[in-house]
Amino acid sequence: MSEEKPVGIVLVSHSAGVAAAVAELAKGLAGGAAAVPVAPAGGTEGGGLGTSAELVSAAAASVDRGAGVAVLTDLGSAVLTVKALLAEGDELPDGTRLVDAPFLEGAVAAVVTAAAGADLDAVEAAATEAYGYRKV
Amino acid sequence: MLDADFFRRWMTAAAASVDREAERLTALDSAIGDADHGSNLQRGFTAVTAALEKEAPDSPGAVLTLAGRQLISTVGGASGPLYGTLLRRTGKALGDAAEVGEEQLAAALREGVDGVMKLGGAAPGDKTMIDALVPAVDALGSGFAAARTAAEEGALATTPLQARKGRASYLGERSIGHQDPGATSSALLIAALADTAEADGE
Repeated sequence: MSEEKPVGIVLVSHSAGVAAAVAELAKGLAGGAAAVPVAPAGGTEGGGLGTSAELVSAAAASVDRGAGVAVLTDLGSAVLTVKALLAEGDELPDGTRLVDAPFLEGAVAAVVTAAAGADLDAVEAAATEAYGYRKV
Repeated sequence: MLDADFFRRWMTAAAASVDREAERLTALDSAIGDADHGSNLQRGFTAVTAALEKEAPDSPGAVLTLAGRQLISTVGGASGPLYGTLLRRTGKALGDAAEVGEEQLAAALREGVDGVMKLGGAAPGDKTMIDALVPAVDALGSGFAAARTAAEEGALATTPLQARKGRASYLGERSIGHQDPGATSSALLIAALADTAEADGE
């Protein structure tokens, strides 16, 4: 557990609006989580639907405080783009991890957990556990 | 032997082919995808030709890794990281040799295709670009023309398949009867390679 350096969270969606709204919702539900850096990376650089490697790299750099960065994605090309950037080796901050989690529920779990001062492993575990939350 | 200039001409030929066929690729993608495959690849390969003019990489491997990087950055859809990985992995496998032989290229392309399969989790028969690329790489040992034919046949053979990857997989049985846009663009890429080699008298 690291009190002084929060884990960064990047939310990658095909839509700029979805990424921004999920970031806002997760921060809102985390209450006093202002200290957790959360950055949306939604849509293409031109504002269309899709995934931008440049926006993902910039978002990850902006939330990196040295404690690792958890990246959550929505569908298809968002997943592939992050995996391809990770494979590049030098495009994302050290300790950046693609977290296997449902986008919205995972984002809330990740931000709340990071706000409690948890490390990257704990943030990843909380986000992934969101898959197990049954609604019916 | 194939030098950096050969690979630059291959990428330029691929870009021209994508330009010519963009509407057809998008039409195929409107049947089972999100109708942007042609325009996405066009944007990516335009960036590739611009970058190759600006940076003039001096080895086959450097040409392909630069091209792959551009595709990952600019395409915006799944074809960006997939084709980007194909070219980057192939380029890395070629290393920094100033010239490479056909066998070396075939072995490197196989590594590239393996990288794509790993990234996307697709296998032959899933109705993806893999269905054109795997037969092309298998045939490359028999020459560039054989690879072109194998890729084209592989792309055509995706029509009766049911998609198991990507957005088309949501359509289930309704994906049957449509040629896969990714396999089609992969066949264009291999055809551009064969055209470049034939223009060279290889």
